[in-house]
Amino acid sequence: MIVANQPIQRPTNARLLVVDQHRKFHHVSRASLVEYLRAGDLVIANDAATLPASLQGVHIATGDAIEVRLAGRPSLRPEDVNHFIAVVFGAGDFHTRTEDRLPPPKLAAGDKIILGPLRATVEQLLGHTRLVLLRFEGTADHVWAGLAHHGRPIQYAHVATPLALWDVWTRIAGPPVAFEPPSAGFALDWHALSQMRDRGIEFETITHAAGISSTGDEQLDRLLPLDEPYRIPEVTANAIQRTKERLGRIVAVGTTVVRALEHSAMLDGHVRAGDGIATQRIGPSSRLHVVDAILSGTHEPETSHYELLRAFLDDATLERASRELNKGNYLTHEFGDSVLIERGGAKHW
Amino acid sequence: MGETSNDLKNVRIAITGGTSGLGLALVRECLARGARVAFVARTRERVEQVATENKGENRGVHGIVGDISSKDDIYPIAMQITGELGGLDVLVNNASDLGPVPLQMLSDTDCEDLERAFYTNVIGPFRLTKALMGALAASAREARGAVVLNISSDAAINPYPGWGAYGSSKAALHHLTRIWGEEHASENVHFLSLDPGDMDTPMHAAAIPDADPSTLKRPEDSARELVDAIERVLSPGNDSFAPAGTNVQTLHEVGTTSR
Repeated sequence: MIVANQPIQRPTNARLLVVDQHRKFHHVSRASLVEYLRAGDLVIANDAATLPASLQGVHIATGDAIEVRLAGRPSLRPEDVNHFIAVVFGAGDFHTRTEDRLPPPKLAAGDKIILGPLRATVEQLLGHTRLVLLRFEGTADHVWAGLAHHGRPIQYAHVATPLALWDVWTRIAGPPVAFEPPSAGFALDWHALSQMRDRGIEFETITHAAGISSTGDEQLDRLLPLDEPYRIPEVTANAIQRTKERLGRIVAVGTTVVRALEHSAMLDGHVRAGDGIATQRIGPSSRLHVVDAILSGTHEPETSHYELLRAFLDDATLERASRELNKGNYLTHEFGDSVLIERGGAKHW
Repeated sequence: MGETSNDLKNVRIAITGGTSGLGLALVRECLARGARVAFVARTRERVEQVATENKGENRGVHGIVGDISSKDDIYPIAMQITGELGGLDVLVNNASDLGPVPLQMLSDTDCEDLERAFYTNVIGPFRLTKALMGALAASAREARGAVVLNISSDAAINPYPGWGAYGSSKAALHHLTRIWGEEHASENVHFLSLDPGDMDTPMHAAAIPDADPSTLKRPEDSARELVDAIERVLSPGNDSFAPAGTNVQTLHEVGTTSR
């Protein structure tokens, strides 16, 4: 695959590989997504807006430059913004590949960090030189304002121009709780939602604090995804129930939606409304209780996203899909093309 | 301040231009009815002052410093609104720019004055509403209700000499509101374009310095009527608030026709 290096959410030539329930492949324009949905389906997206979660600053004890990337948070409550899990780097920014970034200054619990208008304390080292628990000083409003004005979207070296928030907020973005964009949702716009409505396809959302996708450190990357808080509105839980009853399909937009819904249903197969924290990893041995199909980016083997797709498709078909994506020069990463995969044994297209 | 009530309890409202005139009266009215309010204005000192003065026991007020006419301020504003309130049910685009002061004939109006009026009165509200549409649509889906109130003016309809920059930009905002209303009707995001009337505010004093204040409406009265209109839209099952054609109204007429 080819790396998508332009921050364009909906290029007119965006492509979609559909893998249907019979494991047949369809190479189509992503603009025709709605043609592969049908009346009675329920499409569920993550409506999290993306935080400007990268903060440049100074480690007081050493005077050294530091970049903090916020990566986790205990809950989605608006006032709960003093504590964050963060991945830290030394001097430098996204222009350098994360794998090549300098280590952070040597940190100890109690160390102070100045991040523009924000002051933070390292509360705890989390078993790795790059992973810490931070506490911001001040009121929640002070922290929100500081993040809004000083933070930048987390970004990677494959996109050269600095990202603005409008590059990473989906059309449906609501509460700013994601650390990186729930980028499968880039495929949706208001026009697509209105097309769905016209065809009797339901649309609902969840809110899930999508975490960071890569730290540049193999050991840390193995911990991804970190625990992620989510919220499932009652209307969404009810719509899932209705859809199941009429044998419609649940189509998740993005891996975060799969993770939240399946976490909620872990106990007895039913999705409950309310707040939760997704702690599980989804892979080839996971049994999906809720989601019948996923709209996702194109993912390369050995990423946690690819692992999740293995819950939808057998390895042979998934490998065949990877070859098709490579052969077809599909674009990958957050601004890339998409796949729509229905899991084997689910209802017919 | 009037009596407090719970009519808007837990409703999440954002108001631009919230530190003076009608905007400040709207902030106070919404808080008095139990809403959680985030207000936006340009001057840090004023924002802090208004936030402090109106901080109730319920911690329901959030002051945000930002300039809606500036592209770079829009997303930080939107992020603080939805971050601090945890979502958004009602957006009031109230901040306005009068154009040249004193008022000028259009042919005497500097291009920069016209641009500033359009950035504040049209493009800023466009950008902010667009950035917040996801949050508003989510509220509508969850049956909390969702309303965008754009503060309009009779100058949006009538060609008053001297009011060219203001009137033409408010006309554009009015039409933007109507089209948005059509496009999002099936999502139940409601759009209102309402004329609060001629009020005794700093903006009116700048436009017509020798006006007799006793002939002007108190902004508190307009605010009460506007918030009544919001409440009517939010009332569950209120089908009498059906959409109709044109909807810049004086408040006395608005009860049955706007959306």
